[in-house]
Amino acid sequence: MNFVVPDFYPAAAEILVAVMALVIMLASTFARRVASDLAYGLTQLTLVFAALVSVLVSPNLLAAVAAVISELPLFGVRLAEVLMSLAEGYAANEVVATFSGMFIGDMLGGLLKVFSLLAVAIALLYGRGYLADRKIDRPEYYLLSLLMSLGMMVMISANHMLSLYMGLEMMSLSLYGMVAFDRESPRATEAAMKYFVLGALASGLLLYGMSMIYGATGSLELSGIAQSIYHQAANKTVLVFGLVFIVAGVAFKLGVVPFHMWVPDVYQGAPTAVTLMISSAPKLAAFAMAMRLLVYGLFELADQWQTMLMFLSVLSIVLGNLAAIAQSNIKRMLAYSGISHMGFVLLGLLAGVVDGDRNFALNAYSSAMFYAVSYVIMSLASFGMVILLSRAGFEAETIDDFKGLNKRNSWFAALMMIVMFSMAGIPFFIGFFAKLSVLQAVVAAGYVWLAVVAVLMSVIGAFYYLRVVKVMYFEEPVDSTPIRAQGEVRFLLSANGLAIAVLGLLPQGLMSLCAYALLASL
Amino acid sequence: MDFKTLVFYILSAIMVFAALRVITSRNPVHAALFLVLSFVTAGGIWLLLAAEFLAIVLVMVYVGAVMVLFLFVVMMLDINLDRLREGFWSYLPVGALIGILLVVEMALVLGGRYFGLEAMPEPPAVQAGYSNTRELGRLLYTDYVYPFELASLLLLVAMVVAVSLTLRKRKGLRQVNPSDQVAVKRGDRVELVSMPAEKE
Repeated sequence: MNFVVPDFYPAAAEILVAVMALVIMLASTFARRVASDLAYGLTQLTLVFAALVSVLVSPNLLAAVAAVISELPLFGVRLAEVLMSLAEGYAANEVVATFSGMFIGDMLGGLLKVFSLLAVAIALLYGRGYLADRKIDRPEYYLLSLLMSLGMMVMISANHMLSLYMGLEMMSLSLYGMVAFDRESPRATEAAMKYFVLGALASGLLLYGMSMIYGATGSLELSGIAQSIYHQAANKTVLVFGLVFIVAGVAFKLGVVPFHMWVPDVYQGAPTAVTLMISSAPKLAAFAMAMRLLVYGLFELADQWQTMLMFLSVLSIVLGNLAAIAQSNIKRMLAYSGISHMGFVLLGLLAGVVDGDRNFALNAYSSAMFYAVSYVIMSLASFGMVILLSRAGFEAETIDDFKGLNKRNSWFAALMMIVMFSMAGIPFFIGFFAKLSVLQAVVAAGYVWLAVVAVLMSVIGAFYYLRVVKVMYFEEPVDSTPIRAQGEVRFLLSANGLAIAVLGLLPQGLMSLCAYALLASL
Repeated sequence: MDFKTLVFYILSAIMVFAALRVITSRNPVHAALFLVLSFVTAGGIWLLLAAEFLAIVLVMVYVGAVMVLFLFVVMMLDINLDRLREGFWSYLPVGALIGILLVVEMALVLGGRYFGLEAMPEPPAVQAGYSNTRELGRLLYTDYVYPFELASLLLLVAMVVAVSLTLRKRKGLRQVNPSDQVAVKRGDRVELVSMPAEKE
């Protein structure tokens, strides 16, 4: 019995979120009248602080952020020094494992955590007015979104099948609850039911795959699995059998064809604020899950899973773009567009190893990560616009609701145009560079036909994005209600839309951050 | 074949039979009871593997708590069996195909070739005084404390979701609020009215 108390420092952000979730639950039980406002405020504070702590506990990320801050005018240099001094004395390693190897703290995890926590915070801010209008802004919603964030953080930092699965279930269960949160809406209940049943099925597939991998390698720890496969101690047939189920589980969580059936129905049926939540941060967590399982654990089997991902990504890009054309509901259209975007993320993941040569890996995986991050930024803005047009008793769900937006409010029409152009991959917005870097990785890996298919399909896909722009600018408004929104939503949505444009002009910073994170973690 | 193997085969046969009856019996109460039987035999198989704690927990938690609740729900709800069986024959070919595919795949992988005694040697026998329960507890609170704590938070999520989805105040329901009742003052209930005496 020689047990060493684990090092809690790398998991400081997770512990903060877990403790605050419990505090918020108790506080909102006792503060009845202001419970919702209190829970909202505390949740936002916790998310922002947790993002800050995630930066502080990851030395590489901290150095990168300090370098950026010291470039800022005025107090930039001082601020960077203060930031660095906060983490002094905790000279953690670049990659540190704790909790008996179940938790891994590295820069990849740190960066993804920061992005997903901020995405949740933004999604909550956009959705607050929407929920209040529909009288469903109960404190449990904020509690669940915090616990969902905790699940994502656990997933992102998982180095063990058990912790990965725990994080995945915590995230999914909270999301099922949030989808069903509008109890009066039969559509939301139906969507939650579909999401739950299919999600449980996917979890079952994933668990089955995990048990097969465990049976073959005798280890649940991802690094142990990688070692066992490297030493050829494991039986290949059993491994590949397990791999099939693991890829299926990951594909479901990413929402790619043929495991996409839940995406359009859930996106359409859920309250828009929850759709916004599902379509943003969880995609980053699912990307992290794919990285941890496939790249960290089963890298030796790259040949096998790359072929599977190739099928999934081609099908997703083709079906996602073609099906989106036929949609008249904008939430459904964005759902299909999300499917095709996830296909592009897989394109980056499948270009890592060519004939056993691993020199492409860094470039390919960082392009996939850059794609995932830029998709989340675009998705936040697009569903943020859908929420902005909705009001009490009215859901802006169809593309027709965007008719003549330019006449009603030209600023928001311009923002929506930026988002749509970026999603279509028109230069020079962030979506263009995301597509470009993924396609570069695919071409470098020698899959030219794959790149051709992807480009052709994006051209077809541009049709439905541009249709929204056409409807906004060249048609008469049916509904002339002025667009009202709180100041902070206007400000943040504008910042979000402008970020797409600015990052499109200067994508180097974010791209190199992604590449550096992978370099420091792989 | 020694006695242990014989017991294993008997228990397994009962379990497979019970599991089949769970999905084939027409009466949901019978199905639930067959599920109880399969859990109990699974507990017996755990015992054969010297995992006595798991065996007892399986019987106590699943049979004692979960299945009783399940039976209770089945008896409370009036399930229309004919509606459940609608479309059975039209779904059968697809379902059967997937089922057969899964069985064949599993048989290929799970056969003796990969997980047999040659590939997975028998673990060394434990010495006297070895406690399965103690070992499990030690592991749960040391090496596996991280997923263990996460599991507790997961249960919290389930609880919060369940309560927030089902707890609601219906209108027009006559109910008393205990805290209001306790906090009531004499002045709320009795009103003293001063009025002049009346003559007849």
